[in-house]
Amino acid sequence: MLHTVNKSPFQNGALESCLRFINEGDVILLIEDGVFGARTGTAKAALIENVLKTNKVYALSADVQARGITSVIDGIEVTDYAGFVDLVEQHSVHSWL
Amino acid sequence: MSDDVKKIMFTVRKGPHGTIYVYEGLEVKLIMAAYDADISVVFMDDGVYALQQGQKTGDLGIKGFEATYGVLVDYEISKVYVDKKSMEDRGMTVEDLVVIGEDEDTEEDIRPTVVDADQIAAMMAEQHNILPF
Repeated sequence: MLHTVNKSPFQNGALESCLRFINEGDVILLIEDGVFGARTGTAKAALIENVLKTNKVYALSADVQARGITSVIDGIEVTDYAGFVDLVEQHSVHSWL
Repeated sequence: MSDDVKKIMFTVRKGPHGTIYVYEGLEVKLIMAAYDADISVVFMDDGVYALQQGQKTGDLGIKGFEATYGVLVDYEISKVYVDKKSMEDRGMTVEDLVVIGEDEDTEEDIRPTVVDADQIAAMMAEQHNILPF
């Protein structure tokens, strides 16, 4: 399953909820303000660092670049729109709106 | 139930009334229930507040949805779940939950089923589609 998170982890609990309900083998894609969770050195970085031990995490490059994020947490794969489409094609999706 | 019946889950994570999500979600559930689908609904995060019984929405000028929740089982939507932690974090207990129907044999009230995160994750993995509201 693919979980998309589009809210900043500093704004609400979408990312934390997603992490609580995630299964082994599920993947996470951070999009829109969700990509703030991908940034290194934040108070919420540990959330992503932890889940990376068990699950694959992607961040959408257009949103990462648009927010001037130049350093993403080690292990996150930055992907483009084509990669986004591939992920949606490969998994059933739940959006943590 | 045959294999071609779609398993469709609704997740409700928004509180009631502040946005139109819960209302729209309920409407979609009732429409989907008219088709041959295996429907389940999971209330989590602020969505659990949508299940608080005794909501008096008159002063807001809206009908509210408690009456509709009260007949979900009649619409053959009986797989209604609440995330235990979301409920407890928000000061709610099982007694707070709306009634969603009545047992045909015993005439006892049916309320949503309280489940934990692992149970919800397992159910999510079985779905063909999950619709978030």
